[in-house]
Amino acid sequence: MDMREKIRVALAELFPESAPLVHLEGEGDQEVPPRESGVLVTDFTKHGSHLDVLCRPDQVVPVAHIMDREGFFLEAIAGVDWLDKQQFEVLYDYNRLGGEHCRVMVRTRVPRNEPVVPTISAIFPAADWHERETFDFYGIHFQDHPNLIRILLPEDADFHPLCKDYMP
Amino acid sequence: METSIWRALFYLVGIMAFAGLNAAYLGWCERKGAARIQRRIGPCEAGYAGLWQPLADGLKLLSKQLLVPQGVDGIIFRVAPVLAMIPAITSMVVIPFSDNIGARAMELSVLLLFALASIGMIAILLGGWASGNKYAIISAARSVSQNLAYEIPMLITVITVVMISGSMNLREIALDQQGGFWHWNIFRLENGHFLTMWISFIIFFICSVAETNRAPFDMAEAESELVAGFMTEYGSMGFGLFMMGEYLNIVVGACLTATLFLGGWDCPFGLTPGVWWFLIKIYILIFTFIWIRWTYPRTQIYRLLNLSWKILIPFSLVNLLITAALIKVF
Amino acid sequence: MTVPIHLRHDETFVLNLGPQHPATHGVLRVKLTMDGEYIVKAEPVLGYIHRMHEKMAECGTFAQFMPNTARMDYLHALAFNHGWALVVEKAAGIEVPERAEYIRVITVELNRIASHLLWWAAFLLDLGGFTPLLYAFDDREKIIDLLERVTGSRLTYCYMRFGGVYNDIDEEFITGTRDFIKRLRGRMPRLYHDLVTHNIILIKRIKDIGIISAEQCRRYGATGPVARGSGINYDIRKNEPYSVYPEFDFDVPVFDEGDSMARYMVRMHEMEQSMRIIEQALDKLPDGPVMGKSPKVLKPEAGYYYSAVETARGSLGHRLVCDGGKNPYKLKLRSPTFSNLSLYGEVAEGMLLADALAFMGSLDLVIPEIDR
Repeated sequence: MDMREKIRVALAELFPESAPLVHLEGEGDQEVPPRESGVLVTDFTKHGSHLDVLCRPDQVVPVAHIMDREGFFLEAIAGVDWLDKQQFEVLYDYNRLGGEHCRVMVRTRVPRNEPVVPTISAIFPAADWHERETFDFYGIHFQDHPNLIRILLPEDADFHPLCKDYMP
Repeated sequence: METSIWRALFYLVGIMAFAGLNAAYLGWCERKGAARIQRRIGPCEAGYAGLWQPLADGLKLLSKQLLVPQGVDGIIFRVAPVLAMIPAITSMVVIPFSDNIGARAMELSVLLLFALASIGMIAILLGGWASGNKYAIISAARSVSQNLAYEIPMLITVITVVMISGSMNLREIALDQQGGFWHWNIFRLENGHFLTMWISFIIFFICSVAETNRAPFDMAEAESELVAGFMTEYGSMGFGLFMMGEYLNIVVGACLTATLFLGGWDCPFGLTPGVWWFLIKIYILIFTFIWIRWTYPRTQIYRLLNLSWKILIPFSLVNLLITAALIKVF
Repeated sequence: MTVPIHLRHDETFVLNLGPQHPATHGVLRVKLTMDGEYIVKAEPVLGYIHRMHEKMAECGTFAQFMPNTARMDYLHALAFNHGWALVVEKAAGIEVPERAEYIRVITVELNRIASHLLWWAAFLLDLGGFTPLLYAFDDREKIIDLLERVTGSRLTYCYMRFGGVYNDIDEEFITGTRDFIKRLRGRMPRLYHDLVTHNIILIKRIKDIGIISAEQCRRYGATGPVARGSGINYDIRKNEPYSVYPEFDFDVPVFDEGDSMARYMVRMHEMEQSMRIIEQALDKLPDGPVMGKSPKVLKPEAGYYYSAVETARGSLGHRLVCDGGKNPYKLKLRSPTFSNLSLYGEVAEGMLLADALAFMGSLDLVIPEIDR
């Protein structure tokens, strides 16, 4: 895959110490090697994205710069609450508008008691509202966001509903 | 001119009845016309073909509470709808329905009609401003600029008619056009006026549509942008009076068009003239107003004003000059 | 018409295009800071119909979420059904029989035509033309009657299941659909194009209004007719084909101007292309079962899954995180209108109020889809 290889190589520069890259194409239950960070090539027909990038919170902005340079657009930002590991995960989905198709998922994990992730809204204005939504649902704080207030819940709500330990 | 009390009473009652019936039943005509254009039926439940619908609507409006929101200017808020109705009814005093039906044939009827139309414009402005609602103020401002812009070409085209007929008396203008449609001002065959009069008619018609705030020139009550424009804060009879005022303005506009350009009470083929020809003409014109409203979307405010200032006024001025030249030459 | 605005804060006033307003299609509030008729700043405020569908997904099983999908974008509910069915089938590895795939495509495209008809009607209503609403609803009523025969609902369809569809289509549906296409094709030139598309007032009203550049589309993540009206050739049915779309021959209309007229034309042409797809699908419809095998209790493998479908408003994405249990661990719905609306603040600056409303209408907003 031309575009997939290109992005993989571009992103791999950010992860000099990453685990060896494993191809997960075809059938067979190959174990995903546990990794702290790195770029993984995934099966598009099974998972829906071409690359799975796990990075540290401070690497989110350089990754966004690389994606912007290559002409990707930010499709969505989602948060996941891993209660058993006491971590929040923020998922970024990047896609291309036209040309060769390539979908990249970027993930980053932050500790649950202090979830702080730098914002990418300076690079992709689409992130503005998506980050506000993630903050609204999970309480994840995005540093340097121009307007981090609630977007969907009422302004005076004091809870974050999508946390797994939320009791209404 | 007799000045008996019976004549005054007869015309008073007659004009109020004509105005009231028209204001009420023009709403019915509009709803039925709109419905048929849109492939529906329209009011059909209240009475045969919905003919009691206007009465039902009137009763409903009367029985509602006249809500006066806090923060409005009390007197002006209540006076504005009444002020919208007054010019429309008063205008009917000078309209010649037929040779011997006409309350007063004043020497300056045309001037009176336009002066009264301006009072109607002030009523809209007052209604919008007194509501204390930002939407209403925007709408009132738009309405004033629109009315102002369209009065000018209207007046200029009326001057061409006045020049040809030699009088501002509506009755005399109508008398000047008797004898069949080739004498009507729209076709004026003698002296070469036929070149210019149809342009006058078109400009005048467009300006009437704009003056009465009808679509496609209905910025003032643009439903989907400004909720109900200057009428937003009015309920029950306040709203009813504004709507009736609007319909009566349409009637007066149609009457004026018929008198100035279509020969008043004259029969098109030179046979017996009479008031029924006048009524037929105004109702055909009113139907055209309704037809246009339900066919076209709305224009933008600056395009509307451009149309008036940059297109209609130059055309009407040129028209005026050519008419004056033709009168001088022939 | 836009003008650059440099004003002090006391020279402007704030107008609230409130949640209840005839022109905002749903409960959308837009805080407009205005100078006379010009907009200085536009700030959409969301959340008036937020029902937290993502939490509902986590609290119930995969199958229990299917009715929720229709309540988000009720105008193109079948595409939302399709998206959810696709992502779960991807995660759990469920096969869908061919006949079911064709039926899915036919019903989704019929729904797309219905959605565009309603958009056309509402857009013109915003601009002041009341009559086209009735004409469009006449055609839409026919589509809804057809879909009611097979799905049982008129608006919020819950028709697809994991593995296919739950009800087969019959001969009357097929002949009804063919008749409908013939009827709409006959009505299009006169009633839709002569009356409206070539109307000088409409053209002056929407040409060169709300110009969105392709770069703005990319930065804000706008997809669907909004992006295709700005010259970006991106349609998931062609770029990332799913279901049986590769078997059909259809075009993707793309216009370069980026104004409201371009978006209008994209949607009008899309209706014609949808009719082409439906005709081809009806011709090629195979026989067979309409429901594949799927386990009673669905427990997909743990992992991260994504699937995208093309709805009438853009690319709808489902980001599913499974942990091996019978409830989804996390579902993120990437709603197309959410991204389309986020560029409103930037593009509406300096516009006239009436133009800003025409621009909002051309973006084809459905607020329950934004708010989920």
